[in-house]
Amino acid sequence: MLVVKDLIKKYGELTAVDNLSLEINRGEFFGLLGPNGAGKTTTIRMINTLTPRTSGLITIDGKSMDRNLTEVKIKIGVVPQHNNLEGEMTAWENLELHGRIYGMPKKARRERIEELLEFTDLTERAADLARTLSGGMKRKLMIARALMHKPELLLLDEPTVGLDAAVRRKMWDLLKNLSSSGLTVLLTTHYIEEAEILCHRVGLMNRGRLIELDTPKNLIEKVGKVVVEYFDNEGTKGEFFETREDALAYAAGRQGNVKIRSSNLEDIFIKLTNRRVED
Amino acid sequence: MGFSSILWQEAIFFKRKFWSITTGSIIAPVLYLIAFGWGLGGGMRIDGTDYINFVIPGIVALTTMTVSFSTIANSINISRMYEKTFEEFMVAPLNMWVYAAGKITAGSFRGLYSGFLILFLAFLFQTGIKINPYFLFILILNCLTFSAIGFIIGIIIKSHADMGKFTSFIITPMAFLCGTFFPLEKMPFILKNIIWLLPLTHTSLGLRSSGEDFYSMLIHPGILLLYFIVASAAGVRLCKKAE
Ligand SMILES: Nc1ncnc2c1ncn2[C@@H]1O[C@H](COP(=O)(O)OP(=O)(O)O)[C@@H](O)[C@H]1O
Ligand SMILES: [Mg+2]
Repeated sequence: MLVVKDLIKKYGELTAVDNLSLEINRGEFFGLLGPNGAGKTTTIRMINTLTPRTSGLITIDGKSMDRNLTEVKIKIGVVPQHNNLEGEMTAWENLELHGRIYGMPKKARRERIEELLEFTDLTERAADLARTLSGGMKRKLMIARALMHKPELLLLDEPTVGLDAAVRRKMWDLLKNLSSSGLTVLLTTHYIEEAEILCHRVGLMNRGRLIELDTPKNLIEKVGKVVVEYFDNEGTKGEFFETREDALAYAAGRQGNVKIRSSNLEDIFIKLTNRRVED
Repeated sequence: MGFSSILWQEAIFFKRKFWSITTGSIIAPVLYLIAFGWGLGGGMRIDGTDYINFVIPGIVALTTMTVSFSTIANSINISRMYEKTFEEFMVAPLNMWVYAAGKITAGSFRGLYSGFLILFLAFLFQTGIKINPYFLFILILNCLTFSAIGFIIGIIIKSHADMGKFTSFIITPMAFLCGTFFPLEKMPFILKNIIWLLPLTHTSLGLRSSGEDFYSMLIHPGILLLYFIVASAAGVRLCKKAE
């Protein structure tokens, strides 16, 4: 559905996005995982047309952005990393404004607003100014707003950053519901767990490059399902194994403090880059 | 549609901040009226009328200029730099011409509102100022022109401090020099000609134009219109490039 080909963005000397290609299928929940500064936001902003590309092609359903800008824009819903609600407008008015900009008829607008407020659990706050909502509510309102015009592709840039753990989990449930309704989602995150729980496929990003792309399961199997962590004078190290038995055998042979656990996406990231995803 | 959605949004802000907008746009002109109209100019006659009736069109010109300009410049600047709400419009399938038209129209309404407040006061105090359709025509053009200039400034300026600079160096001097408080003829020759090229001059002249010849009555809206068209076109071009 979304095809990105040889995408490059340069800011002077700095290459923020370096030759990125990927393809996202209809109905898929796709995650871009990488540390701060990896180029996730820049990628998303090129897809939503806010940032001009240095080079590369982006098409949605075969329509290129350069030739069919309006058609492409209608298919996209955007939830940016920072809050960009109209703080001096109510939750309802924020949705209403979006519906009006996208030319939705009055009746459809009202029904959609009611439905989305319900879906995001914000019905009771409909008449409150957006700036008075909590961080989690603002984020949910931004998601509702992006969904107003029934886009086919939802772009979510770090949707749970800055939220506390309980709220983050609620947000995950909400995003899962969205995905099961058939919407195509492109999400960026620097939270390992978020990518593992939500995404059908994950692209690992580091310094503007896509370094791996697969299902979380396959990625984990690539390094080995089980990791034995041990500490020596150089710090924490890990050794990967296919099965728990192999890991146990290895751990038994080591002295000192060892820990056996299932491996996760962070392990792959560290293995590939010598760098952690989360700070 | 896009155009009406922008006006709808501005209408909500207007309703919500009605009193602060109203008091905010009336304080400066009332001070001018008191200080220059009744204070300094009390009993003075100029161009064959009471000074107060000379200065009211000037105050209307400069107030509608300032209000139209700053409403749009600030709203776009804040939406770009601080609230980032500008992005909502940029990702939407909205033609930038439509966005500009909506913003400029909204700013003009605010300018007109402040103009009518002053005229209402003038009427209340029975100054005897006369208004004709040509007056209204010039007033509307003035609002459109300075909204469009505000649009450009809102798009290109990087910070609130730069906005202050533009106001201090361009808007405020125009407010005082463009035939608002005293006739252009009192200016030295060179300055007079430079000032004659500025848009606000033609608003001041146009608003007082009863008795002018047909050619002059054509030139004032003509120059304002020219500024309006150039500013709008430039604004839209810049808007498409804005990141
Ligand atoms: N407008 C900009 N001008 C210059 N450099 C930028 C700009 N936006 C982002 N960058 C740089 O590009 C790199 C990628 O940033 P970003 O896409 O925001 O990363 P992420 O979203 O993964 O944290 C960073 O090094 C960042 O400093
Ligand atoms: Mg980011």
